[in-house]
Amino acid sequence: MSYDCVVCVKQVPDTANITGEAMKADGTVNRAALPAIFNPEDLHALEAALGVRETHGGTVTAVTMGPPTACEVLRDCLYRGADRAILVTDRRAAASDTLATSYILSRAVKTLGKFDIVFCGRQAIDGDTAQVGPQMAEKLGIPQVTYLEQIVELAGRTIRARRNVGNGWEIVECRLPVLMTVLDTANQPRPAAAKRIMLYKRARAEAEIAADVAQQMPQASADEQAREVSRRAADLKSRKLLIEQWDLEDIGADLAWCGMSGSPTKVHRIQSIVLKKEGYAEVPATEEGIRKMIHELIVDHTLG
Amino acid sequence: MIEPNRKGEVWVFAEQEDGNLSEVSLELCGKAREMADRLKVKMGAVLPGYRVRDLSNRLIAHGADNVYCVDDPQLEYYRTLPYARVICELINKHKPQIVLYGATALGRDLAPRVASEMKAGLTADCTDLDIGDYTDPKSKETFQDLLLQIRPAFGGNIIATIVNPRRWPQMATVREGVMRLADGNPKRTGDLILEKVSLDGVTGVVKIVERHREKQKVNLKGARVIVAGGGGVGSKENFQLIYDLAGVLGAAVGASRAAVDSGLIGKEHQIGQTGTTVRPALYVACGISGAIQHRAGMEESAKIIAINKDANAPIFSVAHYGIVGDLNKVIPMMIKAIKERAR
Repeated sequence: MSYDCVVCVKQVPDTANITGEAMKADGTVNRAALPAIFNPEDLHALEAALGVRETHGGTVTAVTMGPPTACEVLRDCLYRGADRAILVTDRRAAASDTLATSYILSRAVKTLGKFDIVFCGRQAIDGDTAQVGPQMAEKLGIPQVTYLEQIVELAGRTIRARRNVGNGWEIVECRLPVLMTVLDTANQPRPAAAKRIMLYKRARAEAEIAADVAQQMPQASADEQAREVSRRAADLKSRKLLIEQWDLEDIGADLAWCGMSGSPTKVHRIQSIVLKKEGYAEVPATEEGIRKMIHELIVDHTLG
Repeated sequence: MIEPNRKGEVWVFAEQEDGNLSEVSLELCGKAREMADRLKVKMGAVLPGYRVRDLSNRLIAHGADNVYCVDDPQLEYYRTLPYARVICELINKHKPQIVLYGATALGRDLAPRVASEMKAGLTADCTDLDIGDYTDPKSKETFQDLLLQIRPAFGGNIIATIVNPRRWPQMATVREGVMRLADGNPKRTGDLILEKVSLDGVTGVVKIVERHREKQKVNLKGARVIVAGGGGVGSKENFQLIYDLAGVLGAAVGASRAAVDSGLIGKEHQIGQTGTTVRPALYVACGISGAIQHRAGMEESAKIIAINKDANAPIFSVAHYGIVGDLNKVIPMMIKAIKERAR
């Protein structure tokens, strides 16, 4: 029996290599100032899905929510073997917290129709929350298996999987459909295939085509530009190179649960930005010096 | 989602496994007690499990006024759906204003499921909590006495304070070891309230086929604070100082290869290229010279304190705080300063 797998991937700022101002005045992330990468654990989620397809047959669909630049990670999914890539992009989805994000992604998965397994990376390196997977599972009304280390058995409509819970492991069994969050110890992600890079490097979503057209035909009227975008999109589609692009209407999302209004959590303040240390503070080996250091560590929340 | 309930209790999810309460749950009881006093409300602990009623005594000793216990054979081993059902039902019934969870593997599996079902906000991995006011920058509406959820974000490059002004309960997971574990007061009194929750439809979905737990593993990866000793510690007796400092900080104990090779401590504690790579919030390097192989395993720690006799030791090149001195004198001074710290 074959399985239809969905993989949720995210383009994230490379928090290990931060440059410039990381935050905007309103407390949200200034993504423009940061190099963007494929969220590391999502690569393992993709590999898990590709593994299922290899063993059992079926399909692998990659879904991401983000600005059009997030197509970069979708193309990477295509290079590595995904069958289909979907960009969920909408200005009204901006500033979504994990609850709103999980709502939007669950709407996108429901829009796909039939699915058997949804794979997510355990967590993304920009927020480290690990909340979107479990929240999506709840929104989809399906069970969750977090911290997946190995699919032990997949037969018929039943899956057995090994979870690593830190101080041990367990093997759980459940019926499909299920959502799994994948650890980076689960597998070794395959590299992009050269042939697929040649094929899919031209894959684009409509928003990207529109940006290209606006740049290449600045003199053209809006109508002419729109026609050109449709023409190029149709051409890419006929060659199976169009990255599908969905907005909140396409996925039937209730706007009240999306973006800022759908997000219960609000950033109250950003207390400090520690970009890079410059030298070190010399602490005298005296009671007073050490007391002052401990005090500083309490004030900056290093110590609780 | 529940209605804002200003008189609602401050709750802690009491995590237990095989009848052992997790330490973080008791740490949270202390903090929740403090906040409940500030809000002038009661503090409650939610205790799902099987044959776990006796654990209520410790929860009460650590500050709980009410322990809501659901004792059911189906809850013997943690599974997401039955536990989420219990928490959601009890939240709907008692309408707490705050619910806290340890940011353990279990807590981080359970809390988001509950948050999604309650359509409530949830902040992951907090390192501090407080009570304070919040003014909506757009509407200028002020919300009094909200839960301030403080956490590092962005790979530790910033510290953000998050609030959930409009949707309740206000929920957060909190890292292990960041709240001080108080000594419980066995004379405190509180109530054990036995609750019944129907688990129809949620017990058969996921089955645990096999289960394995390891005891007392050195958890360097998950530690928020690590105190590590090197060859400069000198002897096994002196290494006790490292353990003492780790004890007051709630820290894990690490070591350099030099300390492991000279038999001061076991290999499972080794940090560095051939050991474990760590990035805790605080790393205290004691008597570690800081060979490149060691630095590779710890230099991404958010804060590094280096203690070394040799002012030219390379460990100082990655340190935020450097103390040139004898660790046998410096560490006792640190322990004293930490014990005295004002809260």
